[in-house]
Amino acid sequence: MRITDTRPVEILLVEDSPSDAELALEALREAKVRNHLSHVEDGVEAMRFVRRQGEYAQAPRPDLILLDLNLPRKDGREVLSEIKADEELRSIPVVVLTTSRAEQEVLRTYKLQANCYITKPVDFEQFLQLVRSLESFWLYVVTLPGLAPGLPVEPGSQPSASQGRMNGMRRV
Amino acid sequence: MPLSERPPAEILLVEDTLTDAKLIAEAFERGPIVSHLSIVENGVEAMRFLRGLGKYAGVPRANLILLDLNMPLKDGYEVLAEIKADEDLKSIPVIVLTSSPAESDVARAYDLKANCYIPKPGGFDELRQLVVEIESFWFSTATLPPRPPPV
Repeated sequence: MRITDTRPVEILLVEDSPSDAELALEALREAKVRNHLSHVEDGVEAMRFVRRQGEYAQAPRPDLILLDLNLPRKDGREVLSEIKADEELRSIPVVVLTTSRAEQEVLRTYKLQANCYITKPVDFEQFLQLVRSLESFWLYVVTLPGLAPGLPVEPGSQPSASQGRMNGMRRV
Repeated sequence: MPLSERPPAEILLVEDTLTDAKLIAEAFERGPIVSHLSIVENGVEAMRFLRGLGKYAGVPRANLILLDLNMPLKDGYEVLAEIKADEDLKSIPVIVLTSSPAESDVARAYDLKANCYIPKPGGFDELRQLVVEIESFWFSTATLPPRPPPV
């Protein structure tokens, strides 16, 4: 395992449930790998964020996206398709974190090239454990495309010493 | 479901270096779950295995693929591209596990739709720990896709 001392990992959380978002934020705040979490609450904002449109012009490029499938305004499945069809964006790992465990849903999501599918447990403690496991694997074991050794820090990105939330999200 | 109660995991390792293959196999044998590791040593065999061709007719379908990038005959990038273009096979998670550390390789692997990229650890203890991490994550935390139908 390698310890990275490069910039914090940029994570985009696309999640409409405030309690689930809060839980993820808390769990990632304690992570052993420094990370910065941005949060949007629907699919339209998700696409605007990754495309750096409007108020997101200075948004950091995510190193990892945590994506719920059931989102208002634009469904998570559409977001996934759009990201994976976009030459600029498709290399960003997308971890789907959603409530359904229906086989056909899981299959369809992997076929859409989600990097991983995780079913959210109902239980609070299990959810916390899950986010920790996710963090351990995706931030620590895996080499994310934006953070391969030797890559220059992206121009415009701001290394931050603490976890924080991005302003600019709208309550739907 | 606890790791111990799941059906055996079918893992395909695509690895041309014999010593690495042996070490990885041993690490999986000592891993937390009951797993069956199949090993092929080049990309051509990998595709034949996954498609159940020839001597591989009737082999159980892989849940997970570990893929080295630098191999003879058909290099790992080609294999990756073929798997992710195949309607039946594209849903199988592919972990690129390779000693190539160049950032361009990382980007290229993700671009070709590798599910994740993991640098091969140096020592056996690290390898064992890595296997624990991979099994714990992919066979317990994550939800794997249902296996493709048998050929």
